[in-house]
Amino acid sequence: MGRTFHSSYAEEMALFQSDWARAWMAIFLALLLGVPALLGPYLLSVLNLAGVAVIGAIGLNLLIGTTGQISLGHVAFIACGGYTTAILAERFGLPFWLLIPASGCVAALIGLVVGVPSLRLEGFYLAMATLAAAFIIEYVYAHWESLTAGTTGMKVARPTLAGAPLESSLAFFYFQLPWVIGATLFAKNLTRTKVGRAWVAIRDRDISAETLGIDLTHYKLVAFIVSAFYGGVAGSLYVYYLKTVSPEHFTFALMIEYIAMLIVGGVGSILGSIFGAVFITLLPEALRLVTDLLRDDYPVLSFRFLYVKQGIYGLIIILFLLFKPDGCFGWWQDVKRYWQTWPYKHS
Amino acid sequence: MGEQTLLEAEDLHLHFGGVSALSGVGFTLAQGELHAMIGPNGAGKTSVLNVISGIYRPQAGRLRFAGRNLLDLKPYQVAQAGIARSFQNIELFQHMSVLDNLLVGRHRWIKAGVLACGLFLGRGRRQEIAHRRRAEEIIDFLEIEHIRHARVGNLPYGLQKRVELGRALALEPKLLLLDEPVAGMNVEETEDIARFILDIKEELGITILLVEHDMRLVMDISDRVTVLDFGKKIAAGTPQEVARNQAVIEAYLGEPHEAA
Ligand SMILES: Nc1ncnc2c1ncn2[C@@H]1O[C@H](COP(=O)(O)OP(=O)(O)O)[C@@H](O)[C@H]1O
Ligand SMILES: [Mg+2]
Repeated sequence: MGRTFHSSYAEEMALFQSDWARAWMAIFLALLLGVPALLGPYLLSVLNLAGVAVIGAIGLNLLIGTTGQISLGHVAFIACGGYTTAILAERFGLPFWLLIPASGCVAALIGLVVGVPSLRLEGFYLAMATLAAAFIIEYVYAHWESLTAGTTGMKVARPTLAGAPLESSLAFFYFQLPWVIGATLFAKNLTRTKVGRAWVAIRDRDISAETLGIDLTHYKLVAFIVSAFYGGVAGSLYVYYLKTVSPEHFTFALMIEYIAMLIVGGVGSILGSIFGAVFITLLPEALRLVTDLLRDDYPVLSFRFLYVKQGIYGLIIILFLLFKPDGCFGWWQDVKRYWQTWPYKHS
Repeated sequence: MGEQTLLEAEDLHLHFGGVSALSGVGFTLAQGELHAMIGPNGAGKTSVLNVISGIYRPQAGRLRFAGRNLLDLKPYQVAQAGIARSFQNIELFQHMSVLDNLLVGRHRWIKAGVLACGLFLGRGRRQEIAHRRRAEEIIDFLEIEHIRHARVGNLPYGLQKRVELGRALALEPKLLLLDEPVAGMNVEETEDIARFILDIKEELGITILLVEHDMRLVMDISDRVTVLDFGKKIAAGTPQEVARNQAVIEAYLGEPHEAA
């Protein structure tokens, strides 16, 4: 199809630039709306968890990938969002359309505080500072029994739409989809405009960024706030879907999964975050399928499933870091380039 | 002289531990002039630019820009006050396209926050389009249309230097600081840049402080010259005056490793 030419800057800045891109998008959306109706409850529940992971991973990628601020505190933001929803729903019976944004805001506020060390620390030291902050936050929600019911956890009711709770996984899927799409589009727009350019500038050369008028303090904190907001929204949807919340939902292992999503998907790419989130969420299910198939011959496998899962994450992270550091997004770009220049050979 | 002073530096002292980078440097930049600052390696030229940009904080001295004390400002505030610069070693955003590098230069003019950017509706979108247009004007000015979508890290050195100049221009500065803009360039590239620098001064009316290591370009295009050696000002005046100055000749000839 060759190169696309544009007659105006507005056209060139459209999200989906060619008719091809728009057509593909329409097909993808149709599949996204249609296929779930054919899936069983088990696959649907995996899909719903993937949706949560997409929002969480995009948020984390904006901070780590786009702005270059290494954070290991993201799961704590997700927990803040989850607990905000659980507590406010139980005590005040507030509706989802208030609670989902409110959970984002509470997480964002905490993100602002956790982000303060980023003004002085970088890389490994920032990672440690955010991890320490996450442990403090975890300590609070695990021990503040009167508020969070500690390790016992709390029950959460599914959101209600038009008076009916969204009990089926299919209903929840359609409920969650607009949030996932909205979060994706918002992040995509951020990264291609002023704020996103400032973030990448800080990541690539902070001294240059500063001498071009970018206030590092402001934009680093904004990155933490936005990232934590995404985490909070993800946490809210997570507990709404699980119908329960307790400290064991927000472990350090989950943090490792999120890091794996970025590395597998593509650090610094929105689309990559989606690939990574879906891949890492589906992976244990695919593994479970394989181990179930092999169970009759090797019964020991299914018993060891949990350990296998952690080990496989580790292995995948290492393999991607070694052989495909740009993640699945890199493959995507290769395919896209091939398609755009087809049938001409591209050097 | 009736001309207006844009920047005034007095008695700047800057040292790093025992190393003295600047000891009592002072100079003034008149509105609209092309002022060169020359001197052998290690003379303190880059340090002067870093002090003006707010990257280094001098231990003593005064620095005023358009009547405002610069020494209180952080680097981003200096930029917002209207001072842009290029670096001796290219400091571009390597992973961004040429266009995006220039758009980062537009940062202070784009009025949009997180919501406007994320929603990309109405005002946020109009702002992006308007500033895209301004970036294209700079692309035309510097004749880099053919590489506007290229990733900066993949460009040859000479073009990267030119993009860095463009990024500084995108800020629409009142004062432009250039740190050895032709270092490492061949004769043809050097002539191109010299032409752009003169155009920036004459067509855009921007005051320029040009740091150069090599005298030739400076003698050809600058209005006035300040000469530094070992962190001290040893001469100042028109290019002709400076070229005749005995201290300058000694500073340049007296430094054996300057032969190259
Ligand atoms: N960040 C720094 N730390 C230590 N010494 C420095 C630093 N920056 C500059 N200097 C010293 O200050 C002196 C002047 O350096 P500089 O301004 O880079 O000179 P020029 O640009 O004229 O070659 C040199 O002796 C250099 O080693
Ligand atoms: Mg220098």
